[in-house]
Amino acid sequence: MPHAYPFLTPEQKKELSDIAHKIVATGKGILAADESTGSVAKRFQSINAENTEENRRLYRQLLFTADERIKPCIGGVILFHETMYQKTDDGKPFTQYLKERDMVVGIKVDKGVVPLAGTNGETTTQGLDGLYERCAQYKKDGADFAKWRSVLKITPTTPSRLAIIENANVLARYASICQMHGIVPIIEPEILPDGDHDLKRCQYVTEKVLAAVYKALSDHHVYLEGTLLKPNMVTAGHSCSHKYTNQEIAMATVTALRRTVPPAVTGITFLSGGQSEEEASVNLNAMNQCPLHRPWAVTFSYGRALQASALKAWCGKTENGKACQEEFIKRALANNLACQGKYAPSGASAAGADSLFVANHAY
Amino acid sequence: MTHQFPSLSPEQKKELSDIAQRIVAPGKGILAADESTGTMGKRLEKIKVENSEENRRYFRDLLFSTDPSISNCVGGIIFFHETLYQKSDSGKLFPQVIKDKGIVVGIKVDKGTAGLNGTDGETTTQGLDGLSERCAQYKKDGCDFAKWRCVLKISDSCPTSVAIAENANVLARYASICQQNGLVPIVEPEILPDGTHDLLRCQYVTEKVLAAVYKALSDHHVYLEGTLLKPNMVTAGQSCAKKFTPQEVAMATVTALRRTVPASVPGICFLSGGQSEEEASLNLNAINQVPLNRPWKLSFSYGRALQASALAAWQGKTANKAAAQEAFCSRAKINGLASKGEYKASGSADQASMKSLFSASYIY
Repeated sequence: MPHAYPFLTPEQKKELSDIAHKIVATGKGILAADESTGSVAKRFQSINAENTEENRRLYRQLLFTADERIKPCIGGVILFHETMYQKTDDGKPFTQYLKERDMVVGIKVDKGVVPLAGTNGETTTQGLDGLYERCAQYKKDGADFAKWRSVLKITPTTPSRLAIIENANVLARYASICQMHGIVPIIEPEILPDGDHDLKRCQYVTEKVLAAVYKALSDHHVYLEGTLLKPNMVTAGHSCSHKYTNQEIAMATVTALRRTVPPAVTGITFLSGGQSEEEASVNLNAMNQCPLHRPWAVTFSYGRALQASALKAWCGKTENGKACQEEFIKRALANNLACQGKYAPSGASAAGADSLFVANHAY
Repeated sequence: MTHQFPSLSPEQKKELSDIAQRIVAPGKGILAADESTGTMGKRLEKIKVENSEENRRYFRDLLFSTDPSISNCVGGIIFFHETLYQKSDSGKLFPQVIKDKGIVVGIKVDKGTAGLNGTDGETTTQGLDGLSERCAQYKKDGCDFAKWRCVLKISDSCPTSVAIAENANVLARYASICQQNGLVPIVEPEILPDGTHDLLRCQYVTEKVLAAVYKALSDHHVYLEGTLLKPNMVTAGQSCAKKFTPQEVAMATVTALRRTVPASVPGICFLSGGQSEEEASLNLNAINQVPLNRPWKLSFSYGRALQASALAAWQGKTANKAAAQEAFCSRAKINGLASKGEYKASGSADQASMKSLFSASYIY
């Protein structure tokens, strides 16, 4: 414990820090387009489109080639492995195309969840085997950041201590390996929104989980300035009878983060979980209007919350391409404003939500 | 791990948070006047003054009855147990004298270090027995915050993981008990400056120690908004051949804190360790000029660095009282400015040109 064995040079640290800052530059967030083939199947099924490699390519192409209105909104795009090696109609690799548009390319590197025996249906995430070599290759192929998703759930008996420490540890191992290859690790300890628990319960669990995550990152000597965090917002469970306002969600979330995420972390890019597109934007906006000081960027890493309408508009038909892109651009612009606290949902004014925030010692 | 059993009501949380904010209000810091009887003896011996109860009372009175403007730079004063029940020449109890000036009263509650067997001279700190009852009494007697000092050292084999874990745990227990009794706990995990290690080594150890401290505070359900941190600055060991500038000390310190101290902690009040009065002020000033986001107040909790000149001026002679108070006031004002990054030591450059002396943070 008392001796440092530094493995990142100042130049490597600078590269990681610069990449992280670029992704979460003012007004920007992440398009999570890394749905695995299986996940895409579910999305395409809902719009009656066939889940072929070509359809997946065409759909992602629509998103990536949306016009210059998305440039100030999208700092980074997370890709699935297959997509990393697909090309535009003109034959240009997607990675190169995105880079030329000044968007940082990211890659999902985990290999899904596996059960933790002896727990109440809890999981850890696999993907560490050969990760070192895979990262080296991804960096060569154009990726500058990566994503790894761990999952926890709230029930009367979970998350258990084992699930928390195991997922924190595996996230730290992944982060450490990424950084050795100049790849910024996005750390995602998602606590699922399923359940009937209230806002306070989610806040409590989120604080415990994040405290464990950052202790593990410290133990594994991870360079925090070269990381991003992708947490859940603090919300009540889906089946909770009590409904909370956006300001309550924002206060609970920002309070939890202020108690656990060191200021050195460059940015927090929320997952949208089960939220609707509008909900995800309004909540992100409330976070950025919260009267508590936030020492990190607070922005988005949205999948469904950026794509739901776009997908519906496309329906797998070429002639709907423009309409699809328009829906995507609309959400990108909304979130660009939300991550600056400037978003006005239709019918409301952008400013003046201050009075709706209750003092934080109630949290 | 999944269920909360809240131990502080919103009112209790608000009280703790308000106290902490008052102590580290802009431009203010802490006077650490909690030297134990033995330690006070060492200070008095230096100026050839007898270590009597009356002399200890007299000197503290000298400090506490200084001009009321002192409350512009002193937000809190830490007492030793004996001092809490002593009176000013005016016949007023010291806590009341302090409170009348709008300064918050604190109390040292630990009972010194105890050896950790099987280690190379490492220690933990004792004082948990009956602490809850003692805290309740101290609160009644006028205290609103407490202090507990843990000690770690850097050597080839230290600090060990057991020393780090044990001290973090005992600090968290102490903090938890204080908050139950309405006292804001100052958490002090001091890493001694003794040794030949360089700046980077101290930074590394400080980061590991603080990460352990905040994990323990989380595990023990401590309300961070109602605590303060009293750490060492990140400096090279006292016998290190290489000398580092205040800007290097400041960058290393703020970097270490940004990596470990959650933004919800309202204030960080540095201990002065073995630093001279001027060194402690220059370093604090540089810390408050570091071009990195600092979400907590960065102030002082100085003992020797506020009292050395005052003691030297006093020499145990009543005739020197005014001069001693003047010396104390002067250091207090300087540190008040330093806590805002506004201290201009004579002969030093202006703030703008100081900025260029800070090198980029990824070197740390």
